[in-house]
This record gives sequence, structure tokens and C-alpha cells, in this order.
Amino acid sequence: MTRFLAGHRPRVIIGKKIAPYVLLLPFVLVFVAFLIVPMIYAFNLSLHKTALVGGTRFVGFDNYARAFVDPNFWSGVWLLVRFGFIQMPIMLSLALAFALILDSGLVYARGLFRIAFFLPYAVPAVIATLMWGYIYGPAYGPLAQIAAFLSLPKPDFFSENAILGSIANITIWEYTGYNMIIYFAALQAIPADLEEASKMDGASAFTYAVRVKLPMIVPMIIVTIMFSIIGTLQLFSEPYLITNLARSVINSHFTPNYYAYTLAFTAQQYNYSAAISFVLGAVVAVFSYAFMLASNRGTR
Amino acid sequence: MGIVGNTVRSARFRRSRWVLTAILCVYLVYTLIPIFYVVTASTKTNADLFGTFGLWFSDDFHLRENLVDLFTIQDGIFLRWLGNTFFYALTSAIGAAFFALLAGYAFAKYDFAGKRLLFALVLGAVMIPQTALVIPLYLLFSKVGLLNTPLAVILPSLVFPPGVFLMRVYVEEAVSDEIIDAGRVDGAGELHILSGLTFRLLMPGLATVFILAFVAAWNNYFLPLVVMSTSDQFPVTVGLAIWYASATTGSGGNLLFTVVMAGSLVSILPVILAFLIMQRFWQGGLSAGSVKA
Repeated sequence: MTRFLAGHRPRVIIGKKIAPYVLLLPFVLVFVAFLIVPMIYAFNLSLHKTALVGGTRFVGFDNYARAFVDPNFWSGVWLLVRFGFIQMPIMLSLALAFALILDSGLVYARGLFRIAFFLPYAVPAVIATLMWGYIYGPAYGPLAQIAAFLSLPKPDFFSENAILGSIANITIWEYTGYNMIIYFAALQAIPADLEEASKMDGASAFTYAVRVKLPMIVPMIIVTIMFSIIGTLQLFSEPYLITNLARSVINSHFTPNYYAYTLAFTAQQYNYSAAISFVLGAVVAVFSYAFMLASNRGTR
Repeated sequence: MGIVGNTVRSARFRRSRWVLTAILCVYLVYTLIPIFYVVTASTKTNADLFGTFGLWFSDDFHLRENLVDLFTIQDGIFLRWLGNTFFYALTSAIGAAFFALLAGYAFAKYDFAGKRLLFALVLGAVMIPQTALVIPLYLLFSKVGLLNTPLAVILPSLVFPPGVFLMRVYVEEAVSDEIIDAGRVDGAGELHILSGLTFRLLMPGLATVFILAFVAAWNNYFLPLVVMSTSDQFPVTVGLAIWYASATTGSGGNLLFTVVMAGSLVSILPVILAFLIMQRFWQGGLSAGSVKA
């Protein structure tokens, strides 16, 4: 069957109806191949068990039943909940304050601040952790040196009590500027005529920023909190990399992702590891959903 | 826009301006300290790293020697790591940005069956824990013999859901329906409208997504940690982390802390430079993304 389009050069055949499918095809292909298929594969893994004797067999939701009462898993979740309650408020309120200050125009050299605060985002988490690992160092780190110079006791950044704060500081350093840029962009997008004829001094500019502009970017703030919750519950690189420095405090199930990693690649328990990952995914979904509900109620 | 029209600058205005600038300067110091530490550490001998104050240079300026060590240790493997990282990040980012552009455009400008469901799936993908994906990918790649090949890192990095989201919002903002309709009236095919009429309008958005995907791939650690097994395939992040571990546990023998620091310095400079050079693009793209969100 051939159709001729009378007397024209060969026409593009892709019309309005099938165009979206053609456009989506490349992304959907990689999305299915490298996200959906691995997920299904992992889910299938999580329903099986491999034993030394007898090989792999189907066990239904046994691995999930085990995960739901696994203290190693829940201690990691609990740790991240505490971590999140320290880290997120500090990071996001700093980011928001800086964005409001930069947006108000009440500072010198705002271009410099904007770029400089954002720079840590360009530093890989691995290297950020490594840098802070040196700075925290008990023997040669500059903070220990300053403490020694002032004849203060040496701070121990890797003690049981300090480790969460030490890791939180690394992630605050990494992501405050990123969140600030997002807030700043949202603030800049608010039409300028809202503040027309404003001969504002410092005080009224402050009122304007907090009373008028801040409420307008609440949706953006909610988005960043969501992403922070998701990111926090997936914490892995930072604790994994400073394990050597804090051997006594960071164990193989310090965070859920750390636990899943150890189960898979140290203990070769791929089946149980997959179940742990899915339960973590469910925990992330529950926290995100709960937050969405709370914020909907709050903004209504 | 801030207070551009403000010409009357009261004493109070100037005072709050200094106070706020001072506050930002405090955070500026905090932001720059680790980077500055890497710079000073890279210029020291290992003895001076322990023996002199960490946040200043020592008399013995050892940067050149550290860099020579960095690029010659283990037959110059570090250069290989840099090359790997650059290759993985560039190919991943080009593919991811291009796929995101096409998909975002489809989501923004067409109605089709399953649109809402597909978009929800793409957004939901950000909630998936890294381990939930990387572990099955490892097992699947081992079945098809892709483990420890560049494709094992590049292929999964082509999936960049935030890019699709950002492109959708950007296309909605930047491309009016009138342009597309005008193209249709002229008899242009849909793909021709995208490549010929609207592509230029989409460049800033595409640049933003490219940069974000590039940084994500450049900084990626977990995926290559799992799927790469020999040193010659490592990206910088995995390689440096191994050097760092052997330096801290003292098992590396000749591996010096200062070399690890020099390596960190060398590997963050390209991304920082890319950000500085391309800031006009990504800031423009991000602000477009924030209008709707």
C-alpha cells in the first residue's frame, strides 16, 4: 500500500497523532530498559531465597516479613529520621534566608555570593566527604590544630554523639547553595510590578520579602522539602566513605542503603537485599506522602 | 529585580546593607574553607600537611611535585580516571539531555493516551532508592557481559527524569502554540517543526538539562563503584575514594594524603570552570523551571 501526496516532494510522514510517541520513544526505551526492567527483576529477586543447599526457590513475601522486623534496617531508618530533623531545617532555612537576602538586592556583590554558594554542588559528594574528612581529622585537621593552639580539648568529630552532626555538616555544605539557587530563581520570577514605587529602606524591604514574596514561593519550598526527604532517606556515600575514620561508630547497617549494599556485595544475599531496597522505597513513599498531606492541610 | 528604582538611600538602608553583606560573608568563608584547604594541602609535603597549620601554605611549596606524583603513580592511572569520568559524563549528558528534550517536548505540546500515567511514572522514579536499581542492574549486566564496560555506567545514566520534568516546563514557557500551528499550516511535519522552528528557542533549557545531567554523571559514585571492577575503568570518584581509603588505613605504602588532595583539586576544577563559564545558561533555565513549579 503506497499513498501518494499529489505532486509534492516526499513529505514528512509523521503527523500530529503519532508524533508524541515518536518523540517519547528514545526516553521510554531507556526508561524501561534501565529502570522498569531492573525494578521488576529486583522485585522477582525479593520473592526468592537462595540457599547453599537446594538452590533458589520461591518464598513469597518471606523476605519482606523478615525485613519488617529487622532491627538493623529500622535502626538505619531511625538514624536518618533524626538526621533529617537536624539537617533539613538548617539547610533549607539557610538557603531560604540567603535567597531572600540576595533577591532583596540589599547586599553588595550578589553575583559573587550566588556563584560561590552554589560551587559546592559542583564538588562530587565523594570529594566533599574526603575534604571534610581531612578537616575533621583528629591528628592533623585544622580544627584539631586550632583547638590545640587554644589549649582546648581535641574535638572528636567521629564519636557516637558527633557523627550525625559531622555528616549533616557535609551535606549542608554540599546542598545549601543548590536549594538557594532554586529559591532565588523562584523569587526572581515573581513579577516586579508587585513592588512598584517602593522606596524601601531596610525594614520595609524585609517586611516585603517575608510577608509578600515568601508566601509566593511556598510551592517551591514544598518541592525542595520533598526532594530533601527523598535524598536523606537514601544517604549512602558520605557515611560509606568516612567508615575508615569512624570504624567504631559506622557499622554495616548505618543507613538502609548502606545495609542493602553490604547485604548484596559483602554477604551475597541479593534476595534479601532487594527486599530491603523495596521496603526502603516504601518508607520513602510513605514519608513523602505524609509530608504532602501535611503541607496540603497547612497551606489550605 | 530587587530595588533597582531606589534612589533615596537612607542611612538605615546602607546600614542593613552592610549587616546583610557581613552575614553572607560569614557563610562565604564556610563555603570556601574546604576548597581552600584542598588548595593549601595540595601544595604541601606530607610532613608539612601534618606539621603545619592546615589553612595556610607552608614554606616548602610542593605543588609541582604533588602533581607529578599524581599523574605518575601507578603508571599514571589518574589521568585514565579523569579521561573515563569525562567520557562517561559527556556521553551520558548528551544522551540524557537529548532524550529529555524530546520527551519533555512531547509532554508539553501533545495530548496522547497514557500521558498522565507516564508522567507520574517518570516523576515517581526519583523516589526509587539507588540500591533498588543498582543491585539488579549489576546482576542483569553480569548476565549480558556488560559489567566493567563503559556502557554499564553510561546506559543507566541516560535515564534522567528531572531533565524530562524541567524540559516539559521549559517548553511550555518558551514555545508558543502559535509557532507550532504556523508550522502546521505551512505543511511542515511535526519533527520538522521541532528541529527547524522551535529548536533555537529550546537551547537554554537544553543547556540547563545538559549541565545538570553532566554534573550528576561526573559526580556519580554508587553506580560505577558497583559495576566497575578493574582500576582502568574507574571514574575519578571511585579511584580517589580507593586511594583515600588506603591512605587513611596506611595500607597504601607510598600513597600520600597530599597526592589525594592534589587529585581532588584537579578533579573539581573542570566542573567548577564549566559552571562559571556556563552560568548564564543554567541560571536562565532554572528560573524558567521555577515559574511553573
